Amino acid sequence: MIKSETIAAIATGMTNSGIGIVRISGDDAFSIASLIFKTKSGKSLNEFESHRAYYGYIYDGEKLIDEVLMLVLKGPKSFTTEDTVEINCHGGLFVMNRILEVCIKNGCRHATKGEFTKRAFLGGRLDLSEAEAVIDIINSKNELSMMNSTSQLRGSLNEKIKNIRNILLEKTAFIEAALDDPEHYSLDGYLDRLKEDLYPIYNDINELENSFNSGKVVKEGINTCILGKPNVGKSSLMNILVGEERAIVTDIAGTTRDTLTENIVLDGISLNIADTAGIRETEDTVEKIGVTKAYEYADNSDFIIMVIDSSVSLNDEDYNILEYIKNKNAVVLLNKTDLDTVIDEDIISKYTDKKIIPISAKNETGINELSNYIKDSFLSGNINVNDSIIITNQRHKALLTEAKESINNVFDGIDLGVTEDLVTIDLVNAYECLGYIIGESISDDVINEVFSKFCMGK
Amino acid sequence: MEKKCSGIEEYYDVVVVGAGHAGCEAALACARLGLETVVFTVSVNSIALMPCNPNVGGSSKGHLVREIDALGGEMGKNIDKTFIQSKMLNASKGPAVHSLRAQADKFDYSMEMRQTLEKEEHLTIKQAEVCDLIIEDNVVKGVKIFTGAIYYAKAVVLCTGTYLNARCLCGEAITYTGPNGLMAATHLTDSLKKAGVEMYRFKTGTPARMDGRTLDYSKMEPQYGDERIVPFSFSTDPDSIQKEQVLCYLTYTNEETHEIIRANLDRSPIYAGVIEGTGPRYCPSIEDKVVRFADKNRHQIFIEPEGIHTNEMYVGGMSSSLPEDVQLAMYRTVPGLENCKIVRNAYAIEYDCINPCQLDPTLEFKAVKNLFSGGQFNGSSGYEEAAAQGLIAGINAALSVLGRDLITIDRSEGYIGVLIDDLVTKENFEPYRMMTSRAEYRLLLRQDNADLRLRKKGYEIGLVSKEQYEDVLLKEKLIEEEIERLKTTYVGTSEKVNSVLRKLGTTELKSGVSLHELVARPELDYEKIAEIDDNRPELRYDIIEQVNINIKYDGYIKRQLKQVEGFAKLESKKIPKDINYDDIKGLRLEATQKLNKYRPVSIGQASRISGVSPADINVLLVYLQN
Repeated sequence: MIKSETIAAIATGMTNSGIGIVRISGDDAFSIASLIFKTKSGKSLNEFESHRAYYGYIYDGEKLIDEVLMLVLKGPKSFTTEDTVEINCHGGLFVMNRILEVCIKNGCRHATKGEFTKRAFLGGRLDLSEAEAVIDIINSKNELSMMNSTSQLRGSLNEKIKNIRNILLEKTAFIEAALDDPEHYSLDGYLDRLKEDLYPIYNDINELENSFNSGKVVKEGINTCILGKPNVGKSSLMNILVGEERAIVTDIAGTTRDTLTENIVLDGISLNIADTAGIRETEDTVEKIGVTKAYEYADNSDFIIMVIDSSVSLNDEDYNILEYIKNKNAVVLLNKTDLDTVIDEDIISKYTDKKIIPISAKNETGINELSNYIKDSFLSGNINVNDSIIITNQRHKALLTEAKESINNVFDGIDLGVTEDLVTIDLVNAYECLGYIIGESISDDVINEVFSKFCMGK
Repeated sequence: MEKKCSGIEEYYDVVVVGAGHAGCEAALACARLGLETVVFTVSVNSIALMPCNPNVGGSSKGHLVREIDALGGEMGKNIDKTFIQSKMLNASKGPAVHSLRAQADKFDYSMEMRQTLEKEEHLTIKQAEVCDLIIEDNVVKGVKIFTGAIYYAKAVVLCTGTYLNARCLCGEAITYTGPNGLMAATHLTDSLKKAGVEMYRFKTGTPARMDGRTLDYSKMEPQYGDERIVPFSFSTDPDSIQKEQVLCYLTYTNEETHEIIRANLDRSPIYAGVIEGTGPRYCPSIEDKVVRFADKNRHQIFIEPEGIHTNEMYVGGMSSSLPEDVQLAMYRTVPGLENCKIVRNAYAIEYDCINPCQLDPTLEFKAVKNLFSGGQFNGSSGYEEAAAQGLIAGINAALSVLGRDLITIDRSEGYIGVLIDDLVTKENFEPYRMMTSRAEYRLLLRQDNADLRLRKKGYEIGLVSKEQYEDVLLKEKLIEEEIERLKTTYVGTSEKVNSVLRKLGTTELKSGVSLHELVARPELDYEKIAEIDDNRPELRYDIIEQVNINIKYDGYIKRQLKQVEGFAKLESKKIPKDINYDDIKGLRLEATQKLNKYRPVSIGQASRISGVSPADINVLLVYLQN
């Protein structure tokens, strides 16, 4: 076996966070660690015990960089199956980069994207589909897309693809049986029925394929929109969520005349959050444009936060918005609970079945409940329209597109009156493409199906 | 085995063991390539014997016969001389699944082939049982026969069919014979095992033969042959084989039949557990059909003549290993068979064969140089499958003796390639039968273009004459030219053109189009537009057929060609012979074991081994890159 180069990289995200991890993997991981790590008492270590955490400091020569906890894992009992050192340091970008720099100075090579995973894969740690999921995790920006990546191959996507494949297999097998044994099985009228049977499959594949776009949204952040009539505290809420005074907050209704968008990370979930102009009947042209835009934005949002002022009675503008969010993923916030309230949850729950959370943007109460609710509903998958499965992998998307084209070719073929044996070329191709998504090749599936379902032979 | 010493020692270039469909092709190929060849058979009366169904060809098997013919084999010519009924199956389906099938006169077929062998220069026929292989330093040197005589050879081809340790079962009656009561070969298995060859035990079966005078054909549906008979061989003139054809008949089993079978299952050797061998799923015995497809209340039965020199009738669809008395009772429940007399009982046969993964795609044993094998010995089933392998094994044995490069046929070149690749690559637990669905590029591998696909190879090998090869080259050229002419010949919107199109029920022209575009229309074809194609050259039917298919299926053909590209890429990634799979970290244990066992020649072949996952292939690719 070729001696592997020792690689290093920041294993946690490239963001400022509480704790960061710099990972070193390869044959020289331990010797490099002994060059840069010193115990609290200033001692360098030449021997490490596997699966033990060492407390101490990282030095660049004589210069102390950071106080760290260093985890030592001897291969093959590590992720990459190689000798691995994980330096748990303080999570500032600067510190992490400095430590990485020291590692490289002492003999590591900067790991390329996905290289740890590749090594884990080559080390026999992961199968291809698992490796793909891990690479997705690396690339994904938030927990939701991570959840999607890992749960997907085992769970819903797998199941769905398998169901589609089973139907394709069954159809193909019948045609093959009849072609092989024309004296026993007749194909008269079969293609017309086949067309009918394939429509639902086509729609399923199409839906999966389309979900790639929303899948992309998930990776980049979920489009969230704050809606409400003017001056209910939308901008204040936005400011709290964003953590700085971005929107202009005044007491004059209609101050936010355009739509402001910010990317925020709420408990690991990335939201593209938009504060919209207050929705009311208005004659002001500029504001009118803002209102139209608000609905436009809401139309394209994955999630809506509706804000209601609890200190004033509900009016038509509120009712309109409540009606609008009826079929959307949304939460209703009852703001200004710091003032004398005239409406409460009971009243609003008559008009909506959405979750209602009382908050005070001014006193910043109820905000935790809101973020927990968003997190829970996203992670439980409720947020996805129709509970659909989301495709997040470019390769999967390409295979779905090809499968869809193949089914389309089947339809075209049938319409043109081609014969059954040609139709199976496209059926099998669709079957094969879908198989690649879940890591199954066609092998002898059709033959086995033919033999198990049909009585063949002389 | 006791020591015998006959004192005879002879020297040949090639020894072929067995003169069934595989052995005949192998022996003829070697002799025709100029090598001194001896072919052994346990009985000269069983040369090219058809111990089961009385036909050649059929779905996908017809393709094999065409390919055998294109490469210079004999089967196609032999059936063209001896058929008594012929039919193109699936004629209403696409060209990829058109399959020729002919009823053979079994006696004539066998005799005709025997004479072809007898007439062949350099070919010696010898009736004897081969008992031992002489192997030195992993190289085969010859064979020893039962008398003790030794036949040295530079290559040996094993085509023992179902004769090795054969055992026939008819209910409780068990005989240790080969098919049709012929002598079994009881020594060679031990010799093979001694040489480290892994053996399997397979099983197959055949139905009863009836006295034709005792059947009532008025209760059955007659089955006719085609009006215009298409020959198997590319060298047979179609006009020379148009003749009077015999009838076959269709009848059905019924619940009464099934009841008798169910009541006597305990007396079936298969269900009583007496049979050790694995039977084929595609060719189930009638008891299997009744058990496995219990919801079917009838099964089709084809009554086919065994030949014109006999009144024996073959009962297709009712093979069985039930006892004689049960057989008679069950056959007599079938309409038309109420008073039948059985000439030969149905029986199941068990025999030794090899695990074919021990072979290279050239059909040479990986572990024993110059030792080749073909046919049912390799775990296949069917006359055509046997002949195809026999031909390739024979060709490669000859090429190896001649010091030339061995040949293989890949999956994109022919059904023969699919057959052999499946045998040597995939796990095979039952007698392997060809099927069109096994060929992933079947639109390209049509029976109508086998000559275009394989004549060149046959010519390069030396089994196809220069004349025949040049004929194919000319055919190719004419097809191309005609397609090109249709592409560049335009018809305008004249009233004459439009009236013809109107008559043909297709859209009239608003602007000029090429004839190519018109042929491509689903409702038209080459022949139909003759009226508006003024400068049409006179072309042979087989050329017109190719022009038509190529234009009409252009889109599908292109898609398949694209698939072949991807296939070829993986096929061309060769794996070094000395690769040590144990060295490759990351391969799963099962994959390592399988790769060590099969030792595939290419990444493509590796990817088809069951138990080797796409992930393993990626590991392999990465490893080979480093």
